[in-house]
Amino acid sequence: MPNLFGLRDLTAEQLTYLIGQSRSMLEVLQRPVPVVPALRGRRIGLMFFEPSTRTRMSFELAVKNLGADSLNFSAGGSSLSKGETLLDTAMTVSALGAHCIVVRDSHSGMPEFLSRHLDLPIINAGDGTNEHPTQALLDLVVMGEEWDDAFAGKTLSIVGDISRSRVARSNLWAARTLGMTVRLVAPRTFVDPGLEDCFGVPVFTDLEQGIRDADAVMALRVQKERRQAGGPYIPETLDYFLRYGLTRKKLDDLAPNAVLLHPGPVNRAVELAPDLLYNPDRSRIQRQVTAGVAVRMAVLYWALGASDE
Amino acid sequence: MNRLIRFSGATVRIPGRSPEVRDLAVQGGIVVDAPASENDIVIDATGLELLPGLTDLHVHLRDPGLTYKEDIESGTRCAVSSGVTSVVALANTDPVNDNPETTRYVIEQAESRAWCRVLPVSAATMGLNGEELAPYHQMLDAGCVAISDDGATVEKAGVMRRVMEYARSVNLPILPHCEDRSVRAGGVMNAGEVAVSLGLPGNPREAEEICLARDLLLARLTGAHLHVQHVTTAGGINLIRNAKAEGVRVTAEVCPHHLFLTDEAVRECGTHAKMAPPLRTASDVDALRDALREGVIDVIATDHAPHARHEKDLPFEAAPDGIIGLETLMPLCLKLVAEGVMDWERLLDLVVTGPRRVLGASGDVLGTGAPADFCLVDCSREWTYVADDGQSKSNNSPFDTWTFTGRVTTTFVDGVCRWDLDDVMPDSLKPRAGVPFQRP
Repeated sequence: MPNLFGLRDLTAEQLTYLIGQSRSMLEVLQRPVPVVPALRGRRIGLMFFEPSTRTRMSFELAVKNLGADSLNFSAGGSSLSKGETLLDTAMTVSALGAHCIVVRDSHSGMPEFLSRHLDLPIINAGDGTNEHPTQALLDLVVMGEEWDDAFAGKTLSIVGDISRSRVARSNLWAARTLGMTVRLVAPRTFVDPGLEDCFGVPVFTDLEQGIRDADAVMALRVQKERRQAGGPYIPETLDYFLRYGLTRKKLDDLAPNAVLLHPGPVNRAVELAPDLLYNPDRSRIQRQVTAGVAVRMAVLYWALGASDE
Repeated sequence: MNRLIRFSGATVRIPGRSPEVRDLAVQGGIVVDAPASENDIVIDATGLELLPGLTDLHVHLRDPGLTYKEDIESGTRCAVSSGVTSVVALANTDPVNDNPETTRYVIEQAESRAWCRVLPVSAATMGLNGEELAPYHQMLDAGCVAISDDGATVEKAGVMRRVMEYARSVNLPILPHCEDRSVRAGGVMNAGEVAVSLGLPGNPREAEEICLARDLLLARLTGAHLHVQHVTTAGGINLIRNAKAEGVRVTAEVCPHHLFLTDEAVRECGTHAKMAPPLRTASDVDALRDALREGVIDVIATDHAPHARHEKDLPFEAAPDGIIGLETLMPLCLKLVAEGVMDWERLLDLVVTGPRRVLGASGDVLGTGAPADFCLVDCSREWTYVADDGQSKSNNSPFDTWTFTGRVTTTFVDGVCRWDLDDVMPDSLKPRAGVPFQRP
């Protein structure tokens, strides 16, 4: 079954294949009518049990662009609020005739759990603090555009709330497979014990050392809403911004060739100076969003089209 | 104008070197290596000991906001009277030093009114509330040298974990006052026979040791540098010894009063023997003295905590914790040497190099080019300490009316005279206040 639980499970060949497929889909998106009806008649359950803007919208577009239909499901107005379990809901979506389920949930491991009970491909759209594989794939697509897909030996600095970031973890697994160097940059409140050992990467509390001469710098969202649980992680946000916030000057001085990524949504003047967000020389944040649609098309096509029943 | 000052005839004691009778030359605020010249101002220090200035890691200057107890001027004057040339000033002022504006106030005041160097401590949490982190990066930039909520012990272990983790970004030591409030349960003196006989609620040693064990474990988890304030119990010493053996980044201090007094002192001194953690028992005093020799303890610090007369003149339970200690620091240290508890070398480790290392400063003092921070001590002078006649605005000392042998006659900070007990300095060198801020 072509599930996509995380990038941890993918080989370099599989990653390269999906990146290549995504590039083809990006070409499709350039067309006046950006549609390839490769999955006509397929029904895809989009089960989002956590709020999402980019990921959800881009999966919806990906479904449409491939000529498939979506079964939309959100926690608020569903029978979840009537006490149905998540598995029951997924079983229902399956019985309704879905050919694939895309799931986002706050529990790490949910996609794998569902797949043990359901006989259809499960695509992870973000599970707890574990993985967000389509996000990391789109990061790779965008970085690859800068480097002609020569990932080996490139340095990616990831700045911010590492431990609670499924984006960071998916990137870490993929980077390891592709031979990239990753540096983590954060106050230690954002770095759980064992992280360095697990991935064999260094952690810098000093931003200047951490991003020096990097080829790409990825800022992560500081989850203000999570400051209560398990916190305090940072003082008022100015203190974080002064040391870990990215500015034009810091990038120019320390990492003159680096492109800037951010999974969004951005907290201005927390992770980034406001003028960096849409800065065409530096920021690839808009490109990430566009690439996200292509990546999700590629993943859905891979899960359903390539392995036609 | 900027003439060379030559101190001649003193026994110069510099850590790591043999004491020797020699000249020390000072010019432009620093120690210089220059041949004698007839232009030198010569200060005859024959028969005196010349020591590097002491650093006291634990001082409450009460400024801003509580200046009826002490202020930056009076507190630092206490310091130089004991040969202390740098004081680390804790954050429980009004307002609390949890913001860079308050830090800048302290530094500006010190630059115009202080008699010695003042090194501010950032609060660990906002308003010492034990919940939200203070902005350590901004506090570092403003001049803070350490992080502490001191007596407002961070109650939640989870918050203390985050304090230590975030502090790693600024690489400043955390100075915890280890006492578990819930175990202390309102205790006002050491829990034991004396407390029972006085009818006072006891503060058990376990209150200190539980919190100390917690913080040592959190230091192991986070890799933060913990400098434990005022250890008072034999059990606490063991915890620190074991943590050091395990490789935890920990240093520790003891206060002079815990080295000389037991809970029996409460009977006589009343509220002037009330502090937290409290005076313990004779076996604790022995264990602390052993730990000083052994090296488990790195620092002697005073916890100079002035309180106004009307605040201490209350029933024991109602009075605040804390005693003043700066003026009696040097005489009590000399007493430790005189009693054979330790030698000079070890003493200088504990009051000069030890505290400097905690702050990340070099242990190399009074070498050529180093700041001219030092004092002259007359080790044979007998005198009686009378707290009411001292330099502090407060008089809450259990050592009031003690007679000592040995006294600081002169203190220089930044090459300028700050203390001239016998009024012997020439007119051009009369003591002047105001010390420029310098990170140690």
